[in-house]
Amino acid sequence: MANTETSERDQRPSPDALLRQATSEGKGRLKIFLGAAPGVGKTFKMLSAAQAARGEGIDVVVGIVETHGREETRVLLDGLELVPRRRVDYKDHALEEMDLDAILARRPTLVLVDELAHTNAPGSRHPKRYLDVEELLAAGIDVYTTLNIQHVESLNDVVAQITQIRVRETVPDGILDRADDIEVVDLSPDDLIERLREGKVYVPAEAERALRNYFKPGNLTALRELALRRTAQRVDEQMVTYMRAHAISGPWAAGDRVLVGIGEDRASLGLVRYTKRIADRLHAPWTALFIETARHHRLDEAARDRVADALRLAERLGGQAVTLPGRRVAEEIAAYAAANNVTQIVIGKSARPRWVERLRGSIVHDLLRQAGPISVHVIAGEAAAPAAPKSVEAAAPKVKFEPSSYLFAFGIVAAALGVALALQEFLNVLNVALVFLMGVLVVAARSGLWPSLFACALSVLAYNFFFLPPLYTMTVADPENVLAMVAFLVAALIGSNLAAGIRSQAVAARARARVTEELLAFSRKLAGVATLDDLLWATAYQIAAMLKLRVVILMPEAAGLVVKAGYPPEDALDGADIAAAKWSWAHNHPAGRGSDTLPGAKRLFLPLRTARGAVGVLGLDRETPGLLLTPDSRRLLDALMDLAALAIERIHLQADLDSVRLQAESERLRAALLTSISHDLGTPLASIIGSASSLKSVGTRYDEAQRDGLVTTILEEAERLNRFVGNLLDMTKLEAGAIAPKREPVDLGEVVGTALQRAGRVLANHRVAVDLPSDLPMLTLDYVLFEQVLFNLLDNAAKYAPAASLITLAAQRRGDMVQIDVLDEGEGIPPDQLDRIFDKFHRTREGDRRRPGTGLGLAICRGFVSAMGGTIRARNRADRHGADFVIEFPVPAGRAEAA
Amino acid sequence: MSAPVRVLVIDDEPAIRRLLRTSLAAEGYEVIDAATGEEGLTAFARARFDVVLLDLGLPDIEGRDVIRRIREKGLTPIIVLSIRSDERGKVEALDAGADDYVTKPVGMDELNARLRAALRHRLQQQGEEPLFTSGALRVDLVRRHVSVNGAEVKLSPKEYDLLRLLVMHAGKVLTHQHIMREVWGGTTDVQYLRIYVRQLRQKIEADPQRPALIQTESGVGYRLRLED
Repeated sequence: MANTETSERDQRPSPDALLRQATSEGKGRLKIFLGAAPGVGKTFKMLSAAQAARGEGIDVVVGIVETHGREETRVLLDGLELVPRRRVDYKDHALEEMDLDAILARRPTLVLVDELAHTNAPGSRHPKRYLDVEELLAAGIDVYTTLNIQHVESLNDVVAQITQIRVRETVPDGILDRADDIEVVDLSPDDLIERLREGKVYVPAEAERALRNYFKPGNLTALRELALRRTAQRVDEQMVTYMRAHAISGPWAAGDRVLVGIGEDRASLGLVRYTKRIADRLHAPWTALFIETARHHRLDEAARDRVADALRLAERLGGQAVTLPGRRVAEEIAAYAAANNVTQIVIGKSARPRWVERLRGSIVHDLLRQAGPISVHVIAGEAAAPAAPKSVEAAAPKVKFEPSSYLFAFGIVAAALGVALALQEFLNVLNVALVFLMGVLVVAARSGLWPSLFACALSVLAYNFFFLPPLYTMTVADPENVLAMVAFLVAALIGSNLAAGIRSQAVAARARARVTEELLAFSRKLAGVATLDDLLWATAYQIAAMLKLRVVILMPEAAGLVVKAGYPPEDALDGADIAAAKWSWAHNHPAGRGSDTLPGAKRLFLPLRTARGAVGVLGLDRETPGLLLTPDSRRLLDALMDLAALAIERIHLQADLDSVRLQAESERLRAALLTSISHDLGTPLASIIGSASSLKSVGTRYDEAQRDGLVTTILEEAERLNRFVGNLLDMTKLEAGAIAPKREPVDLGEVVGTALQRAGRVLANHRVAVDLPSDLPMLTLDYVLFEQVLFNLLDNAAKYAPAASLITLAAQRRGDMVQIDVLDEGEGIPPDQLDRIFDKFHRTREGDRRRPGTGLGLAICRGFVSAMGGTIRARNRADRHGADFVIEFPVPAGRAEAA
Repeated sequence: MSAPVRVLVIDDEPAIRRLLRTSLAAEGYEVIDAATGEEGLTAFARARFDVVLLDLGLPDIEGRDVIRRIREKGLTPIIVLSIRSDERGKVEALDAGADDYVTKPVGMDELNARLRAALRHRLQQQGEEPLFTSGALRVDLVRRHVSVNGAEVKLSPKEYDLLRLLVMHAGKVLTHQHIMREVWGGTTDVQYLRIYVRQLRQKIEADPQRPALIQTESGVGYRLRLED
């Protein structure tokens, strides 16, 4: 095999895969019973499996199972040991939760935990039940659990789109991936609806409502498909892991991958399209592969164009295009397919005559023999349709006449003659021919075919003239010598042909490597370009430099086509050029010089196409007359334009996305601003005005305590208003760019002290702990801004954490950074809001549960921290309920550390 | 003191003037108010005042200039009324000779405390008390002896210089620049000041994390708390 090296490498077990396997050993096994919707019978299935396990003598306990009053489920609980639930008192309700500690103490082999996505009552060890399950697994206890597909984090959006109902309880996808076993509990939508009607899922009144909303057949079908697909994906990943760990070579029937082998014949485009269709049907990724053999260099231009077109078509249709060098096409295709888990190979039916196949073998037959378990589709060529002739005339590749190489050939022959004359005493006349032959080969290897033919002719003449009797004539007497001369001629011709061929291949390879390198560099450059203007200029420059042409790029604007970039810079086009550019744009077809439309124009215009259609036109010209493009440069131009078009599309998409996002954002902000101002300014003002006016009108009739109450209200509300105005002011300054941090060395302990002092009244109902190591380095911060950041975080913590809970302010050095944490014991932050919590006017809860606050405090924190060169982020505490705000600042370089 | 303490209020906001007049009078102060800098300076020249409350945002004269012109005439304590996040204004006012500042909006309790501190600080300066006590801290400026809860505290010479400066201006806000000028002769980094303050707190504060004696005035400087 040509690529034994790579296959050996691939077959060693991958370290990652082994590591992943190793980490799961010693832990409990997790089995998930996955359902598409409530009521499909997950719990029932789980209990049946548990009973079966118990029958086998396995120690099974029930951690928590909800029967939802279903008799058939309840019956299955018989004989299983139940771990008593833990009672949690929360806001006048008595809630029952799984008793994690009791299970850990009981140490069963297998525990049943219903409803993996459940959120635990506040005050539990973990906020979510899946975290309890993780702890059980870590303790080496096997777990059976149930899950509905709509609770899977990554599918949350999709499910919400399908059902119009957003589920708030989600589990991360990682837990699905970690599960050792997933069983899909499948029930057809009709059966499920039937079960609902029979009242087996909900009580009748609820069932009726559920049927109208959630359990519509369309919804159920879609959810069911999601469940099956997600499981299939999971299985696919698992198989790849297994394969890698055990170094088994593919393919493994785990999702299809399609490969099409293309050749230089006309059928290739059709093959690519066909492959795209079957890949779409299979939902499979696909690849177009061309094996570049030595023969490729001898193909005519039209054939090479066809290969390039087929590969480009594959990329445009969403496939991957791969070119590999190789000797035997069938072998290479089979090796690539095996290495890349390809399951289906598409290949064209050979158009070769029978006798050629006898002689050179048939690719189709070889491939069928070598493909092993991979299916091979052999497709009859849609070859009948001849490829449309290129509408731009390309110049024939010119063979340059270089006198120097002929002079060189002449010199070499003369030298050979000299050597031959000097050696003729020692050599017989036939061996003298070898001296000339050597000369011819030297010329062929250095200067190519034509000079070597020239040298060959000269040598024959010289040989005849100087060495073959009668000497010094052009006639040959001896018939044996005629034979020698003919033999020499044949040998010289074959030799020079071969040597020249090798030379031209080497030259071509070097040129290709250079072009590839430049294309790569160009694509890297484009990847880094962020604006359309820069991109167009870079493109114009690259095309101009690589093809030695003058380039303009035009794009449509309100006023029509406008020159957006050019190299050398130029923006004036004459009438004929503009007409050609417009025609090219309007018809998405080349026009102008050298094309079949408006050939009188000075420039050639080509449309710049992306997958979404033409985005502009490219104009090319050159000072010198004649055709602009050779076939090689035409292919190069195509490649450059493809790269540019992709980059343009990327920038367009980005711009579209940005503008949509911007619009949505500004609308959200406007709404939030209105709410915030009406609420946060209005409420305290209402209390102040109310209290003050009642004091004024009936003040004397109130007793001391009543007056004091009113005055306290006025004071507290005014302070709140003051904080809000302060925040608005800070925000305005931030947005106006008017925050110029005055950075100086700051002792963290000191600033924490002043922030706590300032927040004294806000924190009156909480306990506060400070944990600062004494050897913290000083940080370069703006003291006042940073104190405000800490104040806002403390204020926030006080707002969201229950009274009497602990708020912790901690700092530690981590390498070159100092990390400051503000931790509370509240409910934490919903995971999907961790990033958005720093947005202006964002609040984690809306409606009745709103806390007083402006939604500005955290936005200001982020603004201030980043103005001082730090970062801030939010996360939930791992050890208990609660939020953790993490600030990081770099330790200033070269600063003396405090003693 | 038998005679009532006389306070001059210079502020252009009528509502603030009315508020200060009413509430300070209720506390037993005698209050004269002025709406502009010129008016205030005229009033100050005409009578004796024990303390001046000065708003920095006056329509006619810069607050700094008012302070300077009052200082030309004497050491009457000046408390500046400043707005939030105007640290530069506070520092400038203190450097120009003001004794203290309060940030608007200000609660009456706090203003009262500051007024009392300013008046006591004046007495401290006038009497050149050689013995200073605040809470558990006791500083004998003559014998260079410092003790906390009766136990002697060893201070390095620079630490002592720093403490001595704070004691001599107890109750008053000293700007970073001022302290560095007095203790280090000016040419030093604010970083050293912070390090020395931290060390000093380790030695004399009960809880150095929450200092009760040497108080940080964010972005401005330090103040040694005067015992109420």
